[in-house]
Amino acid sequence: MRPFDYVEMRVPAKSQYVGVARLTISGLASRIGFTYDDIEDLKIASSEAVTNAVQHAYVEGEEGEVVIGCALYGDKIEIMVADHGQSFDFEDTKAKVGPYHDQEEGAFLREGGLGLYLIETLMDEVKVHHQEGVTVFMTKYVGGERVEEDVETVSS
Amino acid sequence: MNIQVDLEEANNVLTGFIRGEIDAFTAPVLRDKLENYQHHEGLNAELDLSDVNYMDSTGLGVFVAFYKTVNAKGGHVKLKGLSARLKRLFDITGLGDIMDIEAAGKGGN
Repeated sequence: MRPFDYVEMRVPAKSQYVGVARLTISGLASRIGFTYDDIEDLKIASSEAVTNAVQHAYVEGEEGEVVIGCALYGDKIEIMVADHGQSFDFEDTKAKVGPYHDQEEGAFLREGGLGLYLIETLMDEVKVHHQEGVTVFMTKYVGGERVEEDVETVSS
Repeated sequence: MNIQVDLEEANNVLTGFIRGEIDAFTAPVLRDKLENYQHHEGLNAELDLSDVNYMDSTGLGVFVAFYKTVNAKGGHVKLKGLSARLKRLFDITGLGDIMDIEAAGKGGN
């Protein structure tokens, strides 16, 4: 059994679905026990990623779809947003995404201005993967700090 | 996922009240409404955001564009009634230092 619950959404690459994705992720995050502020951060970061994907798919000129995959762990949420309409093999895609390089992969995201900056600021880890479109992979930990896998978290 | 934008202009003073969520879908509505006024010479705009319960970079983009245009025409833009969340969004992007923003609970109400 995999150590996380996986939820995937596939929405048309249209801006009216950004809010739908945001609200769904908000609901998922509240299940794991994120604070109000962390959930608000997640809403913004995921909206930025989905907005970028929608705009990117739109530029491509086809009736695209955006796929949003969420892996829910006990102490963190991992969110992948892809502007190409194929479902992920979540583990496989996760293994492929490299560290985010400011100069190269990020260039397309910079066009939008503050979007990627906000993702980086509001999430704990961000990676970008370029292959058959763009995949943004981002992680946020409950409590805002990375906890080692083998250390038990103490709940207050 | 709705937005309501009420703008009223008199004697080159623009008073606005914005309610709802500002994201990629609703930001164009806000932008279009503000664009009707932004080229007035010396416009004095005061926009109340106290009922904005969500905003991301698309909203920031609209306000920055409006601020730049109005400023270039010798006018002034003030954003007021910002929730702690909205204030933080302006602060972490550095826009809080540039623009005239006022958090909720300050200066009356």
